[in-house]
Amino acid sequence: MLEYFLSLLILTGAIFTFIGSLGLLRLKDFYMRLHGPTKATTLGVGSLLIASAVFFSSRDAGVSLHEVLITLFLFITAPVSAHLLAKAALHLNLHSHAKIPVNSAHPVEDKDSEIDGARLAAPTKENNSSDISPPHKSV
Amino acid sequence: MLDFAITVAFGLVTMAVGMCCWRLLRGPSTPDRILALDTLYVNAIALLMLLGIHLGNALFFEAALLIALMGFIGTVALCKYLLRGDIIE
Amino acid sequence: MTMRSRFLPHPILSPLLAGLWLLLTNSIAPGQILLGLLLGWTIPLLTLRFWPERVTIRKPFTLVRYTGVLLYDIIVANFVVARLILGNPDRLKPVFIELPLDLTSSLAISLLANSITLTPGTVSARLSEDRRHLLVHVLSENDPDNLIAVIKDRYERPLREIFEQC
Repeated sequence: MLEYFLSLLILTGAIFTFIGSLGLLRLKDFYMRLHGPTKATTLGVGSLLIASAVFFSSRDAGVSLHEVLITLFLFITAPVSAHLLAKAALHLNLHSHAKIPVNSAHPVEDKDSEIDGARLAAPTKENNSSDISPPHKSV
Repeated sequence: MLDFAITVAFGLVTMAVGMCCWRLLRGPSTPDRILALDTLYVNAIALLMLLGIHLGNALFFEAALLIALMGFIGTVALCKYLLRGDIIE
Repeated sequence: MTMRSRFLPHPILSPLLAGLWLLLTNSIAPGQILLGLLLGWTIPLLTLRFWPERVTIRKPFTLVRYTGVLLYDIIVANFVVARLILGNPDRLKPVFIELPLDLTSSLAISLLANSITLTPGTVSARLSEDRRHLLVHVLSENDPDNLIAVIKDRYERPLREIFEQC
């Protein structure tokens, strides 16, 4: 009975780990790829670790709980690294299939995140507006 | 039954490692490669836990814990480098 | 009060650290418990500069319920994302949404960002400079406004009840 439960946990874990990496391979832009590993992998490795804890608790006398530590650690760190990666990708202006909202609320960071293309585009916009605005003022 | 499950799981996780390696080599952007590395760490933990159950040796836990710690620190350092161009300020 | 807070600056962190130590050594021998309590007492004292603000949990029961909801959502999230990955990638509709924040304390905001990343199809990407908006990437969503309402109701409200005065 325990053996079937363990097998189920191990297979679930392996399948989710596999799907997480499949997402890394298949999805089309970086922001979408970010979803696969952060989610599927936490549950995948989580159930593998629970399987390991159950296995060693049943084999040896006494309870083996220190696998919970890795699970806990992964659940805390996975979102943090995902957040940092997303921030780095936004900073580098990576191509995205979704529209990245113009961040008027935080212009300071926007200036930092401009790369060459955006920096080239920005002055021309300013020039245009300055070209247009004097006639308006004179009128 | 357990042996069969572990064999299948080994196959699946190995394929996952292979896909991570492909993404790591292919890119196309640096964050993609970092994400692939991060996933590789997690897959390595999965492999180690499987190996631990397969061989019945609880010592693999320590290695897995170290990989988890180092993997997270490595990812954070690489992201900081991309964000600031500098790791230690 | 000042005497007590100087002696034990983080009453929640200390037992947590002791518990982590027991998990790490994988035993509950009396010596390990003593060592764990000693570590739990000294580490917060030595790293006091990193944790200037004192964490208070106003509603412990809400925290327990929130953890339960979160665990359930994580499991659901995994199945949802697995289905999206296995499905046709062309049919996904990724969007960025800006989530207006009501939370102010940094602990609550980081917990919210972590919860968002762990739950169905959403990854928190950036906190605005003024800490009022959180940029969230959604893997596939047809109704962004509804999603914002769900996140605010399901995660932000309990976090606010737990860590902040309403």
